[in-house]
Amino acid sequence: MLDFDPVSLSRLQFGMTALYHFLFVPLTLGLSFLLAIMESVYVMTGRPIWRDMTKFWGKLFGINFAMGVATGITMEFQFGTNWAYYSHYVGDIFGAPLAIEGLMAFFLESSFVGLFFFGWNRLSKTGHLAVTWLVAIGSNLSALWILIANGWMQNPVGAVFNPDTMRMELTSFWELMFNPVAQAKFVHTVSAGYVTGSVFMLSVSAYYLLKGRHLAFAKRSMIVASAFGLASALSVVVLGDESGYSVSEHQKMKLAAIEAMWETEEAPAGFTLFAIPDVQNRTNHEEVKVPWALGLIATRSTDTVLPGIDDLVVKAEERIRDGLIAYDALERLRANRADAEARATLAAHADNLGHALLLKRYLADPRKADDATIAKAARDTVPGVGPLFWSFRVMVALGFFFIGLFAVAFWRSCRRNFDHPLFLKICLWSMPLPWLAAELGWFVAEYGRQPWSIDGVLPTFLGVSSVSSGQVLFTLTGFVLFYSSLAVVDVVLMRKYVRMGPSEALRPGHGAVSPTPAE
Amino acid sequence: MHTLIDYEILRLIWWLFLGVLLIGFAVMDGFDLGVAALLPFVARTDVERRVAINSIGPVWEGNQVWLILGAGAIFAAWPAIYAAAFSGFYIALFLVLATLILRPVGFEFRNKLANPRWRAFWDWALFASGLVPSLVFGVAFGNLLQGVPFRIDGALRVAYEGGGLFELLNPFGLLAGLVSLVMLTTHGALYLALKTEGRVRDRARAYVRVGAPVMVALFALAGLWVAFGIPGYALTKAAVMDGPSNPLFKEAARQPGAWLANYTAYPWMVAAPAVGLLAPLAAWRLSARDRPGTAFIASGLGIAGVIGTAGVSMFPFLMPSNLDPSASLTVWDASSSQNTLFVMLVATLIFLPIVLAYTGFVFRTLRGTISPADVERQTNSLY
Repeated sequence: MLDFDPVSLSRLQFGMTALYHFLFVPLTLGLSFLLAIMESVYVMTGRPIWRDMTKFWGKLFGINFAMGVATGITMEFQFGTNWAYYSHYVGDIFGAPLAIEGLMAFFLESSFVGLFFFGWNRLSKTGHLAVTWLVAIGSNLSALWILIANGWMQNPVGAVFNPDTMRMELTSFWELMFNPVAQAKFVHTVSAGYVTGSVFMLSVSAYYLLKGRHLAFAKRSMIVASAFGLASALSVVVLGDESGYSVSEHQKMKLAAIEAMWETEEAPAGFTLFAIPDVQNRTNHEEVKVPWALGLIATRSTDTVLPGIDDLVVKAEERIRDGLIAYDALERLRANRADAEARATLAAHADNLGHALLLKRYLADPRKADDATIAKAARDTVPGVGPLFWSFRVMVALGFFFIGLFAVAFWRSCRRNFDHPLFLKICLWSMPLPWLAAELGWFVAEYGRQPWSIDGVLPTFLGVSSVSSGQVLFTLTGFVLFYSSLAVVDVVLMRKYVRMGPSEALRPGHGAVSPTPAE
Repeated sequence: MHTLIDYEILRLIWWLFLGVLLIGFAVMDGFDLGVAALLPFVARTDVERRVAINSIGPVWEGNQVWLILGAGAIFAAWPAIYAAAFSGFYIALFLVLATLILRPVGFEFRNKLANPRWRAFWDWALFASGLVPSLVFGVAFGNLLQGVPFRIDGALRVAYEGGGLFELLNPFGLLAGLVSLVMLTTHGALYLALKTEGRVRDRARAYVRVGAPVMVALFALAGLWVAFGIPGYALTKAAVMDGPSNPLFKEAARQPGAWLANYTAYPWMVAAPAVGLLAPLAAWRLSARDRPGTAFIASGLGIAGVIGTAGVSMFPFLMPSNLDPSASLTVWDASSSQNTLFVMLVATLIFLPIVLAYTGFVFRTLRGTISPADVERQTNSLY
């Protein structure tokens, strides 16, 4: 399946570096708010243990934050390095939220994070608290603008194709900003980050309680984590981003693929709890269904019909044929810029121009496509059903597990009783689960977007730079080696600091070496 | 709403902003890069290294956002440049990325273990994270001035013929890289002179004594080379300044001496190279008289002069193509749409002053110097 062409290699590199970056982002989002909450308690009560909690969790936050920043630069640069045609084609729209992210959010977060670590003795109590809150707000605003950019890839609103510049151009910044898909994604993603931060804190605290160390510290951390975690876990599931899946054709296709729903069902559709999707025969085996559930979740109504994959493919074929009219008009316009008739025809059919571009995978000139090729291109609009079906189900199951976990933790917090070894062990071993859920969520959203990089506008394979396979293979190998080593160092340091615990890690004089030459 | 400001005016504003952002990056993050590149030379013991590292420890993170914002703003306002430059300098940018990734983790991880070999490893990583980007950004400018080997097809897809890493490292490219390296390390040394005490400060001042005049000499040499050895580019047909952003709608050619044409047409533009030559000399004198604060400001001005010189020499060209000069990217045909430029202008006018205000607050909170005694006392709350 994998070819060593620049498109496949660049996709692999982007996917891997994004998944890697997303190991650090959710914890930053969650821990930054947890730090702000703990420090607020410190400022309100004046009890030093809350300051120490903020400082100790802050150390772990710092290690993670550095990795998040480091791997984030890669994400921004890669659009230009590996997806140059994408950058040209949609930079007019997509670049704006990225730039505003830097201006409004990342500057805020990064300027104050230094004061968070270095400002304890230089700022008043409330001054430092304000700094901590600004870091948390900055990192969450950062997520907002990144998801506005990503939401536009899923549902490209407020833009139109301009034949003179051969690219998409912004028509409404307002629509871009208030894109319903982006809004749904933002709430879902930051909530998932809060869950990650809370599970991390719960898990590390459970480790101390199991070892009988730092009891006062661990119990208080557990209380904070379980309250914040319960609210966040409910928010992730209730405000999941399926609500965005009904707004466009391809989002509908993604939903149908996630559900392995080959044929259109009568509303409200049932939710398939278990099935073995059979892509070849376009059907499922061993299906177990919950009636009505999917229709209610996805459409928030009992009478909206959710189209199945087969019907959506038929629709895609119609759009390709219509897109060919636009493509032909564009070619005529490029030959003669004064051709008013071609310009009008293009404008009338421009919404489907992207579908004609799907044919470029098979032919340099889409207008020469025969019926079989058009049918093939229409089938290309179906993303990989099996991986989506299962990733989504594991993610949702984890989401419900977190609600249960935090409900029990919260109940135990209210009774101030954590002495239950099995409960503590479950907390401890739950540590990797939010990361698994978050990565699966990213996979469902982005793999489910295929074959498009911009839904209905630009197929992924067209967006690539004119770089050679050798170049991409070189950087891909570099990233794999480099990122793997960094991951090892990161985990070693995290473990070391967790094992050290707050009293040791915060002791003055820790980490000193004798002033000998460094070489 | 987007008709409030003419398209050509918006393009000019965004050309200025491009300069502001590049200068912002070079002035603000430049001293972090410079300090990192000087680390093995100005600081020999662990305590000295921690003095140097902690002088930038609390601020480098915010400073780095100038780079992130610079790239983001190029993406938003000059998408054609973003596409052509980032894919064209592919391997060079990977090297920059790899070393820039070492920087946050270097700062954060170095102090987490007391093992001297661990610390020595991260010292080298930090050194590379200062050296490589300082050099490569200069090399990139050197190549922009010479033109880059790309063509653009009818769908506006950019394709390169050659231009690999080793071709970028041509003599003039390397000279420009050296200008950048010496400029940023001198700037970093002046920052150390301002913010540290003890032997680190002494060595940093010693470096400025050599670095500043060398930088001026290299910059002057590069100027002479551009004037007499490197053909510039010129539009051969008057550009449509408010036309659609399509580079194929114009005609341009390579012409000896074209990079000097703007100075004849607009003599006031000579201010840029003049500041680039004189401000570092002022910084040199001020540093010798032990006035590191004003010296640092003079050095920042010098950086603005150097980057400004590249900008006004090439105007309206941003990224000339040496294979097909008519495909070159210019201010008039590589920008975003009028609407996007306007929206981004509003966003910048709202948020950039806020950013500058809190950056000022952060630097004021962290005012004062850092001494060997400070880092020995606060082993826990410092890097």
